[in-house]
Amino acid sequence: MCLGIPGEIVEVVDADEHLASVEVSGVRRVISTRLLADEHVGVGDWVLVHVGFAMSKIDEHEADVTLDQIRKLGRTYDEELEAFMETEIV
Amino acid sequence: MRFVDEFRDPAAARSLLGVIEAQTQRLGRTLSFMEVCGGHTHTIYRHGLEHLLPEAVQLVHGPGCPVCVIPMGRVDDAVWLAHRPGVIFTTFGDMMRVPGTEGSLLQAQAAGADVRFVYSPLDALKIAIDNPDKEVVFFAVGFETTAPSTAVTIARAAALNVTNFSIFCNHVLIEPPLRAILDADDLDLDGFIGPGHVSTVVGTTVFDFIPAEYGLPIVVTGFEPLDILQSVEMLLAQFEDGRCEVENQYARVVRREGNPAALALMQQVFAVRDTFEWRGLGYIPRSGYGIHPDYERFDAEKKFALPGVRVEDPPACECGSVLRGVIKPWECKVFGTACTPETPIGTCMVSPEGACAAYYNFGRLHREAAQAVARV
Ligand code: SF4
Repeated sequence: MCLGIPGEIVEVVDADEHLASVEVSGVRRVISTRLLADEHVGVGDWVLVHVGFAMSKIDEHEADVTLDQIRKLGRTYDEELEAFMETEIV
Repeated sequence: MRFVDEFRDPAAARSLLGVIEAQTQRLGRTLSFMEVCGGHTHTIYRHGLEHLLPEAVQLVHGPGCPVCVIPMGRVDDAVWLAHRPGVIFTTFGDMMRVPGTEGSLLQAQAAGADVRFVYSPLDALKIAIDNPDKEVVFFAVGFETTAPSTAVTIARAAALNVTNFSIFCNHVLIEPPLRAILDADDLDLDGFIGPGHVSTVVGTTVFDFIPAEYGLPIVVTGFEPLDILQSVEMLLAQFEDGRCEVENQYARVVRREGNPAALALMQQVFAVRDTFEWRGLGYIPRSGYGIHPDYERFDAEKKFALPGVRVEDPPACECGSVLRGVIKPWECKVFGTACTPETPIGTCMVSPEGACAAYYNFGRLHREAAQAVARV
């Protein structure tokens, strides 16, 4: 559960509430960017997402490397990716 | 080097392994490095790094798997909460199968308790808002990687004035167990492969005490197999140069000061407990977060007058020794026989980041392969 999943911010859903939509492997979900409030993340930025929160800003290359590594970790992380896709937040 | 071919950059891996081999030959002794983080343990077994590294580099698994360190009594408390009438009990999937004295949360669910797994604490808050006639409890576990997310969720619940939502808080701090391990005398360590993602929050300064007070080096490290090889190389270089410091191999993600906004939020919403129980490590002073008095109304321990179950871990369970790096998973008597990922006895077999599960899933194969090669 401690790995971050890399996602690209594709839409700022609610700037006041720090909600943004990220895309991972073509699937979108809403996450909180509250923990990066000081960094003013916006559309086109890549972030590491952990339990529904953007944890840190990364570059696209780092995103590729990380996603590749998560895929290699196999089934256990498939479950994490599935959970990432399926649940929804306020 | 069959496993190297799976690496993103096999040539870089081979060349790093060559450098490490030369370093260990020059140093002429065996060095043991503890990888603190369960994610690293997983990567090490998944890619067979133990067998690629020279024997003079020993990797020791550490306490950084958040599911693994939860003692059985806290699981019993969780099961008790899940059985309260009108409660929807929410948890990360990893915690569902951890056995308590009278079964796991999964078994509680089968027995009729409303237990739901969520990906995010914010999902749990949404369930509370959607079910105003129920009490929703979230089973919060994790180091400072995860704690800020719970903190934001509590702050949001307060802002939205949600009254039917509370947190069963089991967040823990990364520094105290490392001190506990360093203070114990049953382990000879030469350095640490430092955890990557928790450092995005706490920064690298929390580890300054390791060189300063214990004279050991630490390199904060990313999750790729190449990251781990590189940090082994960096640790060995410190020995060769006679240096001893905190280095950051994962600077592309981790900053020295961490994430000040997250740290500030945690300070607002949590209060460090006087003491907290860890599986296998016992009670460690000031090692866990409870809910700050200002946010007491979101504290499940207060809301439900929790019994606070304290039980011994099962006698067959040697998770404590695994978590402290004192034994390897396969040295536990029940490993792979009574204790498997399907029927876990201890926590280290449940979470994919647990050393026993990682070794059960990947390590055995590599070990057999390595032994087969050694026999030829
Ligand atoms: S094999 Fe099972 S009981 Fe033994 S240390 Fe591992 S998880 Fe714990």
